[in-house]
Amino acid sequence: MTQEAFVYAPADDDSAPDIATQGLSLAYGNVPVIEGLELRLPAGQVTAIVGPNGCGKSTLLSGMSRLLKPRAGAVLLDGADIQRVPSRELAKRLALLPQQPHAPEALTVAELVRFGRHPHQSWLRQWSADDKACVDEALELTGLTTLAERPVDALSGGQRQRAWIAMAIAQQTATLLLDEPTSALDLGHQVEVYELIRSLTAAGKTIVMVIHDLVGACRYADHLIAMHQGQILAEGPPGETVTADLVRRLYGVDCTLITDPATGAPLLTNVRRTRDVLDGSAT
Amino acid sequence: MASFMNRHADSSVMVRLRACLWSGKSPSPVATWGLLMILLAVIALLSLLFGAGAVGPDRAWLALSDFDAAAMHDSEAHFVIGELRLPRLGIGLVVGIALGIAGALLQAVTRNPLAEPGLLGVSAGSAFAVTLAILWGADAATLRISVAQLGALGGCLCVLAAARLQGIGNDPVRLILAGAILSGLLHSLSSLILLFDQYTADEIRFWVVGSLAGRDATDLMPLAPSLALAALLTVILARPLAALALGEHVAIGLGHHPRIVRFLVIVVVALLVGGATAIAGPVAFVGLVVPFAARALAGPDIRRTLWFCLPLGPIVVVSADIVSRLVVQPSELPLGVITALIGAPVLIAVVRRRRLPML
Repeated sequence: MTQEAFVYAPADDDSAPDIATQGLSLAYGNVPVIEGLELRLPAGQVTAIVGPNGCGKSTLLSGMSRLLKPRAGAVLLDGADIQRVPSRELAKRLALLPQQPHAPEALTVAELVRFGRHPHQSWLRQWSADDKACVDEALELTGLTTLAERPVDALSGGQRQRAWIAMAIAQQTATLLLDEPTSALDLGHQVEVYELIRSLTAAGKTIVMVIHDLVGACRYADHLIAMHQGQILAEGPPGETVTADLVRRLYGVDCTLITDPATGAPLLTNVRRTRDVLDGSAT
Repeated sequence: MASFMNRHADSSVMVRLRACLWSGKSPSPVATWGLLMILLAVIALLSLLFGAGAVGPDRAWLALSDFDAAAMHDSEAHFVIGELRLPRLGIGLVVGIALGIAGALLQAVTRNPLAEPGLLGVSAGSAFAVTLAILWGADAATLRISVAQLGALGGCLCVLAAARLQGIGNDPVRLILAGAILSGLLHSLSSLILLFDQYTADEIRFWVVGSLAGRDATDLMPLAPSLALAALLTVILARPLAALALGEHVAIGLGHHPRIVRFLVIVVVALLVGGATAIAGPVAFVGLVVPFAARALAGPDIRRTLWFCLPLGPIVVVSADIVSRLVVQPSELPLGVITALIGAPVLIAVVRRRRLPML
């Protein structure tokens, strides 16, 4: 399946979530990672956050999903500070998939996906027909209907990641935050997950993913955010954003950039270590 | 050929049976649960029929079949059943449910299949607090319960604080070691007190090994409020606790508050273990054996595990109590001794499994 095969349906402006950060500062303990970050993410698109290890991209995602409380500033969802939104309410609008989640032994795919309905349920309002419909739809979208009764730990890597994404889909949120959804997968399974992500955007979801794979980000993201030492070096559509200079400043490597003749995405070739750029001079 | 076919069929039955037992995909969990309830009813009946004293099963059966009339023609049997065995059965049911549920909750919250209130020092904390309270002159049942519950909470928090130290939290066996050290320390301190204080020693000697004997139904009443609170909290906490099994971040993503959930679960464990300890003394291993069996039957979801703990807890405690009355007739073994005899092999079996299942 090529990218053109996806029907791109921009979500209409009223329903599309608006995620922004306002003077956001995040720290682990006393170590500041991100200071005064201003960011606005495009609605109804796939945004990829890339950068070298330790650049703060996972920290940023933690801040956006309220795993990490900001030291200063705020993450705004439709103009409201997510720290002030009740967590169940937030979980109906924003789904999160952490890096390499672990399912308990013998938990089946259907059981896992049902957890996605938690924000919509309560002690008084238990399992409903509505919940069942959402779970079935999530299984359908991820192509796991026939595997629903299998234990999650018996699946292939790609299927397992699809099952977790199905759980997040069942949450019925407008936004999905994914932390390195493809990093532990082989090429075939990566493509499996990327294509699922594209199809979700086609259905109107906003997706934000932290990702190591710059080539995959160029190929499958609409919007790229390049981070280095807690700062944003560049952002925009991959085709306009990724330059050989940016790649050198991000990763300390030289490369030749060409345009993928099939998809139009930028493609890195002949990647080699830059000898004359010292660490730190990149900023 | 036929025998080959038969063998083949047999082995596939075995495979399916094992799959049922170990994968948690029992064909009908409801039916299994119903069977356990029937088993519990039978065991409850047996506990009324058998005892260490002079009233044998035949006399007990006659007295039970027409209990009011028995008051006239066999007043001894009437008394033994109504005043001794029935309260004892009631206490066995309560203690079994409390310890089974507490074990399942503690294991879910520490994500450690070995986390048993007795092994982790929760019961020891409870027993130590009661020893102190008796030393200082307390003996009212209500006071003893709240003291035991506070002691249990203290034990829980101590061992979980140890578990937060680097490395221990990730290793189920090291957490148990931390608990064993705490237990040992508290037991020594309790023994030290008993050594110096004869009255406390007399008061506590039988209690400290765990027993259902010598308690009557009125002992249960002061427990009711805290058990009701524990039950309510368990019902509310079951869902978020199940989500915690997917990991802290996933649970937060689903809108739960892991820290609040964990704290409340610890409170429930303290209420249950403290209550059970106050009434029956520290009964070891029930909190290990019962959730272990419940998980094997119910699968990984804590909500189903808790349902299965309801019949399994009393089944273990009441049958252990029956055995404790019968093995050394006409005297009795303390219940804690029997549960330890059942529990120790299960503990070894869990530890010996090459990969400890992460909860």
